[in-house]
Amino acid sequence: MKSSVIVFPGSNCDRDIAVALKKMQFKNQMVWHKETKLPKSDLIVVPGGFSYGDYLRSGAIAGKSLIIEEVIKNANDGCLVLGICNGFQILTETGLLKGTLLRNKNLKFINKDIHVKVINNETNFSNKYNKDQVLKINIAHNEGNFFTDNSHLEELKKNNLIAFKYCNDKGDINYDSNPNGSLENIAGIYNNKKNILGMMPHPERMVDSLISNTDGANLFASLMN
Amino acid sequence: MKFSITVTLKKDVLDPQGKVVQNTLINLGMNSLKTVRQGKYFEIEVDETDQAKAEKKVDEMCKKLLANLTIEDYKINNL
Repeated sequence: MKSSVIVFPGSNCDRDIAVALKKMQFKNQMVWHKETKLPKSDLIVVPGGFSYGDYLRSGAIAGKSLIIEEVIKNANDGCLVLGICNGFQILTETGLLKGTLLRNKNLKFINKDIHVKVINNETNFSNKYNKDQVLKINIAHNEGNFFTDNSHLEELKKNNLIAFKYCNDKGDINYDSNPNGSLENIAGIYNNKKNILGMMPHPERMVDSLISNTDGANLFASLMN
Repeated sequence: MKFSITVTLKKDVLDPQGKVVQNTLINLGMNSLKTVRQGKYFEIEVDETDQAKAEKKVDEMCKKLLANLTIEDYKINNL
């Protein structure tokens, strides 16, 4: 499986995801944002970080960069696209995913391990997880508060497009287990064709029990499946 | 031609920064204060002499980059 990681000025999780992809047997290439051609890829990853210093809005400038046109073209042709954290923000700014990520409700940058529940385990990204499985996973963001209009929210629910929801260690999805004020505790969503996943938590940080846990590994194993 | 653009969060979108500013102003004794909403302000100069054409360009800039229409509204004014 061939993957490409897009690198912007200010990306800082690009090397973490590259290490995770390599560990999970992907043949990965790093692609600088000024490139206009994307190497043939089965998976494109838009990594976390602070592209362009979060100028204007998180992800706004990166969402209009040269390589993004190629990403959009490939995504529309069915290529798998994974946006993590700032990558999720960038995907919403490109229009590949609807909705947006607002400032955290408490106005604080949150960096901690939280829990999410796997809501849909039948996609290319999640088939190695069980339904309702609870994962312990790291978040590190200032704008992770997912917001969208009512018609999109209905669409997400009706078409099973919610990937993950914030929960507590027992799997309860409620106000107290919502770290950032996200609409209905949403931590990650798919597009209609389910070939694009945007998520705020960092699965690439959870692939090695030596430094964390391996709860993120099955996301990459699912992609390999 | 010069324009000013104000980008603000839509009415039903939570604005925690505005809320903090509002609470601080109230703490400073500004009791008649009702609400504060925080936004962004741009000044843009375009190389056009025709008002309608210039405004169309600026409108396009707002739609394409300056505002996120999911959560924000914008207003264009002549400077």
